[in-house]
Amino acid sequence: MKELIRCEHLSFSYEGEGSNVIPALRDVSLSVGAGEYVAVLGHNGSGKSTLAKLLNLILTPKSGKIVIGGREVTTPDFTEDDLFDIRRKVGMVFQNPDNQMVATIVEEDVAFGPENLGLPREELRRRVDDALETVGMTAYAQHSTHKLSGGQKQRVAIAGIIAMMPECIIFDESTAMLDPMGRHEVMDTIEHLNRDRGITILHITHYMDEAARADRVVVMNDGSIAMDGTPREVFSQVERMRALGLEVPQATELLYRLRREGYDLPADCLTAEECAAALKELFSSRNIAE
Amino acid sequence: MISDITLGQFFPGKSLLHRMDPRVKVLLAIAFIVAIFLCKYVLTYALILLFTLFLIAVSGIPFSTILKSLKPILFILVITTVINLLFTGGEGEPLFSWWKIRIYEVSLWRAGFMALRVVLLVIAASLFLTYTTSPIALTDAIESLLKPLSYLKVPVHEFAMMMTIALRFIPILIEETEKIMNAQKSRGADLSSGGLIRRVRALIPIIVPLFISAFQRAFDLATAMECRCYRGGNGRTKLRCYKIHFIDVFMLLLFSVLIAAICLGNRYLPGIVGWGYSL
Repeated sequence: MKELIRCEHLSFSYEGEGSNVIPALRDVSLSVGAGEYVAVLGHNGSGKSTLAKLLNLILTPKSGKIVIGGREVTTPDFTEDDLFDIRRKVGMVFQNPDNQMVATIVEEDVAFGPENLGLPREELRRRVDDALETVGMTAYAQHSTHKLSGGQKQRVAIAGIIAMMPECIIFDESTAMLDPMGRHEVMDTIEHLNRDRGITILHITHYMDEAARADRVVVMNDGSIAMDGTPREVFSQVERMRALGLEVPQATELLYRLRREGYDLPADCLTAEECAAALKELFSSRNIAE
Repeated sequence: MISDITLGQFFPGKSLLHRMDPRVKVLLAIAFIVAIFLCKYVLTYALILLFTLFLIAVSGIPFSTILKSLKPILFILVITTVINLLFTGGEGEPLFSWWKIRIYEVSLWRAGFMALRVVLLVIAASLFLTYTTSPIALTDAIESLLKPLSYLKVPVHEFAMMMTIALRFIPILIEETEKIMNAQKSRGADLSSGGLIRRVRALIPIIVPLFISAFQRAFDLATAMECRCYRGGNGRTKLRCYKIHFIDVFMLLLFSVLIAAICLGNRYLPGIVGWGYSL
């Protein structure tokens, strides 16, 4: 797999009150391949949002190196124009959908990014229509943005990023402010972008069931990477997750507890369906035994 | 509910006025205001009144809505009329005289004209600008019309962007105000009793959080805009484009005819018809 993003020994700290320095990231090294779907988990203050902001160059690291698409972005000769190019490649969807929309009409807002790229009008039209179709909001093109539901707003925000045709989209807790319906809509959209469009996804979240849908889960704790692996590898280590102050998906949790009671069940179930299948198997094997 | 307030009361529609280019509408609104001030004579006033009625009919906006839009200026209207009636003076025999007050026939006409002017002014501005033009189109029109100023280093694009964002955040901030008011009420804040000073003071715990949150939103939006490659108006293209259609040309011609008619009317009509007052 081609590498898209690489961080080496990244450190960052926020300036607090007075001369107080609050470290947010300590010596983080991470490599994300093109087309990967990575979830970044962690409780509040674990540094996961800071990582996202560094990758989109909203913040500059205190030390360490970031390479995006083969271009090192932390060198001193990095110019405004280079920044512009990187932001074309790496889009970011934020937490609050209201605070990232510029225009009052859906279509206008989606067009904002490509307009900044200076594309000709026909190309703008094509990209906006395509992006709205991808997130399933074509019917709302002429609607006003403030009357949409949270999930719809966030999908419009995603369309605004897609229209810039990035290679990677970072979701910075983009589902945190949504109701279950809205979260579902956004998660489906994210998955669609990764599977059908091949866009690299970095999904920062604190919902375990969302992280379970990714190809790879990176767990952050106290500014550094605590775990890194497939969802099955990560979530099967229930005690370790607990120690980091994190839950595991409910299905995994249920089977974990049953296993502790002495039942023979797999440790790496993530979804309700898998869980049900495992339990069914257990029951049928018991019936045969009796 | 305060969230029912919409800025500018735009009525979406497909009427002749709705379909016009917003830039032409801004220009015509200015032309119309000039035309109103050109009128000097009963018949020219009648002409422009007729024309206004024509515009109202064409716009498809209900007449009752137009009348309602005059409500806020009622006070100004009354004051203008009274002052013109009482203090402008005149020649010859007054129509009415009591103590020091004398009302002349000419002041009666003058007061009527003045009131009509104010009414037509408001109707024309709301017809062209707020009722039939969406705020976004209006912003675009202003940006486009002021574009020549950007050569004089006037930040026209920035102004237009600020207006767009302000329009975008009005409903959000109204919602937020409501939330904060409810939050403060649930903590026992009393917002609706006491004298003026007490009430103004009661607003402080609403305004302060509102400001803080508005700044937070502004920072967030600025970051989001930068992430979407915004770097000012240079090199930006636009999705929306406006084209001058037949209707725009037609309206421009109609207006030229109107203004010419008013000028000629002012000049020659009193001599031909021989009655009425001019200012």
